[in-house]
Amino acid sequence: MVRLEPRLVTPRWLSPAITLGAVVVALVISGAIIGFVGGDPVASYLHILNASFGSIGVLSDTLVKATPLILTGLACALAFRMRLWNIGAEGQFLLGAWGASAVVLFPLVPAGTPGIILIPLMMIAGMAAGAVWGLIPGVLRARLGVNEIITTLMLNYVALAWIQFWVFGPWSQGGFQQSKPFPEAAWLPRLTDFAEIVPAFGGLTAHLGLVFGLVAAGLLWLFLERSRFGYEIRLIGDSPRAARYAGIDIGRRLIVVFAISGALAGLAGMSEVNGAVHRLQDHISPGYGFTAVIVAYLAKFRPGRVVVAAILFGALILAGREIQPSGVPAMIQGIILFTLIVGDVLVRYRVRIDRGGAAAIGGASTGGAPTGGAPTGGAPTGGAPTGGDARPAAGAAAGAPRPGG
Amino acid sequence: MDLGLIAAAGIATGTVLLFASIGEIFAERAGVLNLGVEGMMLMGAVAGYSTALSTGNAWLGVLVAMVVGALLALLHGVVAIHLRADQVVSGLALTFLGTGLARVLGEGLTNTNVERLPAVSIPILDGLPIVGPILFHEQSVLVYLGFLLVPAAWFWIERTRPGLHLRAVGESPAAADAQGIGVQRLRLVYVVFGGVLAGLAGATLTLAVAPGWFGDQTVNGRGWIAVGLVIFARWNPIRAALGSYLFAAITPWILGLQGVDTILGIQNPFLPGRSATFFLEMLPYLFVIAAVAVGSRSAVRRRIGAPAALGIPYVRGERGH
Repeated sequence: MVRLEPRLVTPRWLSPAITLGAVVVALVISGAIIGFVGGDPVASYLHILNASFGSIGVLSDTLVKATPLILTGLACALAFRMRLWNIGAEGQFLLGAWGASAVVLFPLVPAGTPGIILIPLMMIAGMAAGAVWGLIPGVLRARLGVNEIITTLMLNYVALAWIQFWVFGPWSQGGFQQSKPFPEAAWLPRLTDFAEIVPAFGGLTAHLGLVFGLVAAGLLWLFLERSRFGYEIRLIGDSPRAARYAGIDIGRRLIVVFAISGALAGLAGMSEVNGAVHRLQDHISPGYGFTAVIVAYLAKFRPGRVVVAAILFGALILAGREIQPSGVPAMIQGIILFTLIVGDVLVRYRVRIDRGGAAAIGGASTGGAPTGGAPTGGAPTGGAPTGGDARPAAGAAAGAPRPGG
Repeated sequence: MDLGLIAAAGIATGTVLLFASIGEIFAERAGVLNLGVEGMMLMGAVAGYSTALSTGNAWLGVLVAMVVGALLALLHGVVAIHLRADQVVSGLALTFLGTGLARVLGEGLTNTNVERLPAVSIPILDGLPIVGPILFHEQSVLVYLGFLLVPAAWFWIERTRPGLHLRAVGESPAAADAQGIGVQRLRLVYVVFGGVLAGLAGATLTLAVAPGWFGDQTVNGRGWIAVGLVIFARWNPIRAALGSYLFAAITPWILGLQGVDTILGIQNPFLPGRSATFFLEMLPYLFVIAAVAVGSRSAVRRRIGAPAALGIPYVRGERGH
């Protein structure tokens, strides 16, 4: 009988080692599947490595792909830290791209506005649009107890149709599914723009959005680790009950977190259209908002690690475009997420194998007293069913984040 | 537009949502949230379709789709029930995994054709006025399977002894355990059964309702809609079935507005080719949000619905969460 025992002490090296191991195992499993469907796993992996880190040029392209992943990854990491399942970074990204585009396409500013004014305006517009898209599920969850997983997912589809309406309709350029290009003042500076000063930068497309991502990661770290509000968010994530006893208004925090999360994803959309695409068009995202979920999870919701994870997945997205069959990058992402959560179990518990099959599956603390839950008296399932106030939204919302404590 | 035809088509496409949402109801009533429905459906869809394509036997395709759905659900079940991983994340991982894997396996299946499952009319019943042509005329055999599943699922959950055990492990696992019910094993059984139905839903799509393989557009969010319908239905299979049929019947009617020149004398802004048609495409998803909001609201008010132990791993002798 296999038994899980909670670890009393977790060695410091264990968690990073298991994360690394999980990624390796995921790559081995994915390789086996690629081989099974007739591909060459070794060649595929070598190709990914080469086409993403092989030269300074492709490394720059990798960073271009990593930029939106850093920002959307931070958006997810913040929400997940509070155990809010914002799966809507994709939609918030699209709305951010739309909001930024609106500034120059409606246009909201006179033609010829210099970049120094235009770019901050577009950042604000993108973040505001993303925040609004994040507020919808936030308010629904806080006020009506509506499961945010469903609403954020559904809003992704709505956002996609919204973008399509504008690029097929009012902003279409000559009937194509794209707007006219943005004025050059709106383009985020790229490394190649400085080639006259540093000749090595010639042709490199990495743009200012990367700096947005790094600054945002630093600010988010400060916010989470050094501010009172951030402390409250972490407390709510770790133990909502303790947070409630401490008198924290969870609903309000939830709405603010959703707004910030949406603004971060919106900034990602702005940075993508201003820095890489230079116009609004259909298919500006190959699923950044979904990959962000895995980036955030791989980073254990830590802002600094989000940057590293985003670069790895940026490489996968960049190089994966040329790999056949086409679903391989998505499949690898899914397998990595699975091995990560199984790895998490190994971090939290020791696996014991009993011979003789004693009756306990995981009956760790009380040796499997059949009545279970003795310490809680009348509420063996964790006090959850005892009343509406104990679970503000969960009663209605299947899968509303459950306290982990 | 012929309303009868639209209703009949709604019943057919609603069957997809019906299988998926009833499968999810079984899993959630047992206390396990499975957000992998979309992934399981896609895998069922691709497995069923490619099996039918290579063997020429659509029934074998349905069987394989159910087995594949079961295997994926087993993965989620072991990770979420036995390893006590977060059910939300595990379910999301299952959707990512299923989506990616289905795209890998579905490579080269686009633009192919298989013979769809037979459609039959039920004699006598199809002669009934109104309901006859809608429910019993030239419908796929899987549609009739759906008709049978709804009352069977309701009866099983609400009126039988095994159903009582099912509800017990979802509402009060410690009490069920004290009664000698194997909580983890029973949960696993129902999660896997949910996977069987999700796989069946996928095969219903590719082998009966909308034959063909269109990459990850094949399922196109229907798995998530099914998860939403479960909340809307407050975990009741009969309401889930009504919701599924209603949703599927309304959707093409809304999209059918694209084909009308004028609405109430006003020129129709939703004609295809006009960009406003995208607002119509938003409506099904907005409808799900509204339905889930209404369902959540009434569940909160009446304190009913969500199984009390939903999403909480059960460990004997520990506090439940």
